[in-house]
Amino acid sequence: MHRGGGVGHSVLMINVEGLTRRYGTFTAVDDVSFVCQPGRVTGFLGPNGAGKTTTMRVMVGLTPPTKGRVTIGGHLYQDIPNPGLHVGVLLDASAQHAGRTGREILTIGAQTMGLPMSRVDEMLELVSLDKTESRRRLRNYSLGMKQRLGIAHALLGDPSVLILDEPANGLDPAGIRWMRGLLKGYADRGGTVCLSSHLLNEVEQIADEMILIGRGKIVASGTKDELLAGAEHTTSLVTALDNDLLAKKLTEQGISVTPAGHGLRVETQPVEIGRLSVEHGIVLTDLRAAEGGLEELFLNLTEDTQREAVPAQPAAAPQQGASA
Amino acid sequence: MTATAASLPTLDISGTPRVPFGRLVKVELRKSYDTRAGFWLLMTIGILVVLAETIALLVTTINNEAMSWGDFVAVAAYLTGLLLPVLGIMLMTTEWSQRSAMVTFSLEPHRPRVIAAKYLVGVILTLLTAAVAIAIGLICNVIYGLAEGGSDWHFGMDGLFGFLITQTLSMTIGFALAALLLNTAAAIVLYFVYKFVLPFVFGIASFYLDWFDNASKWFDFERAQAPIFEMSVNTGAEWGHLLVSGFIWLVIPLTIGLNRILRAEVK
Repeated sequence: MHRGGGVGHSVLMINVEGLTRRYGTFTAVDDVSFVCQPGRVTGFLGPNGAGKTTTMRVMVGLTPPTKGRVTIGGHLYQDIPNPGLHVGVLLDASAQHAGRTGREILTIGAQTMGLPMSRVDEMLELVSLDKTESRRRLRNYSLGMKQRLGIAHALLGDPSVLILDEPANGLDPAGIRWMRGLLKGYADRGGTVCLSSHLLNEVEQIADEMILIGRGKIVASGTKDELLAGAEHTTSLVTALDNDLLAKKLTEQGISVTPAGHGLRVETQPVEIGRLSVEHGIVLTDLRAAEGGLEELFLNLTEDTQREAVPAQPAAAPQQGASA
Repeated sequence: MTATAASLPTLDISGTPRVPFGRLVKVELRKSYDTRAGFWLLMTIGILVVLAETIALLVTTINNEAMSWGDFVAVAAYLTGLLLPVLGIMLMTTEWSQRSAMVTFSLEPHRPRVIAAKYLVGVILTLLTAAVAIAIGLICNVIYGLAEGGSDWHFGMDGLFGFLITQTLSMTIGFALAALLLNTAAAIVLYFVYKFVLPFVFGIASFYLDWFDNASKWFDFERAQAPIFEMSVNTGAEWGHLLVSGFIWLVIPLTIGLNRILRAEVK
């Protein structure tokens, strides 16, 4: 079904090269380079205002870059004839005439691309917008419906590349799950997907590859495992039949322990606790690495680029001052 | 562009022709009437043409006034001359006020082609409006002839072309001001200032100041267009007035506006 690519991971589909975009003295995107490969979903993750949208707008030629460039399959977007047939774009689901019906919006797109009108019905069915909904005007659509329509619009021309800005925005959990399946299937058939989000969970579940961006700069990239390899699990959560005994034995080893819920929060790797419990015959009912490895990493990496500082730190500072 | 290893084409576009211009025109035409605002603007133009010519017919037959086919069309022309610029404005500004330009320009990144298609739609709708005005004028003239015992079929090719040209210019001014401002309300206000306030101000100034009367011929585009109605732009001075004032009111705003549209970010 999809054209291009498929020859392993060395094939580049979207290639962002040294992209910089300034607005006066403000640098929205600062020397950003990354690639998106066919057959994979690349998640572009960062807090609001990190430069995700600007980067995606440059990809499709709506914003001229200050420096650098983006090629899609080796071409500048404006050099791709009838681009809707090659690159599906959803940048803002609300950026459509509010007075047009959903069906009319798709019809205009299909007509521009030179597609048969049957394609409109196919896409409406694909995104589960029924007949009545498709005849409603866009101003009466919920954000989730607009988002579905936007995805239908992006897929109209059966493109081999998808560029989606915050596509899960406004979708309910079932909708997010539906989209995840849709995009995974699309990538499995050889398509290239580049999607952005400010929500880690969303991207974590969908993306094969993640690009983390903060204040216009890429702070980390790689697969989920690659990203986590950098951050070791040094904290575990454990529950034992005899929590007190376990805590005592751990403390004897010089490992710090704090109570957490029904169990303990321990500053060591799960394997150490397991070994200790076997040695002392303590029965464990639950043992796992403390959650939020990726989330912590994400927050750490984008910490100095966040709009709001992570609340724990400013709160801690005055306490220290008071106790001194 | 150098074909380095990193930018070897992986997307085969050789089999894809660009979007034909005719298709862009067809799509833009559809977009001019597929919303309530667009549909009712076109309907209003049509309804007003019928109303105006019917009223003209009633009044002239009751008062036994002399009317010709050309006179009936002229009545409609006055009204369409006010509304066609609004049509020209809306063709352009709707994309920005509704932010659909983002989608339009991602499907056809060559923005001049889209703008040209929009302008052509403006011309098509102007000619369509003119055709309706002429047809209704014809019907009115027949009825007038039956009521008054004879029709005056004076209209003439000069009148026809003059009518078509001035109507198209009206639409074009709206289109140009819209390109400059990219905002429906602001463009309509500016157009009505141009159409009603300026001639009034120019008129007063010309009455008191002889030098202004002469000078204003060069920048009063409405006044410069007057000879076109009869297709009698004869003298070199008249041509000069038309070209210079047309440059000021059409070419300058269009150039500035298009420059902005072609280079600016589409939000």
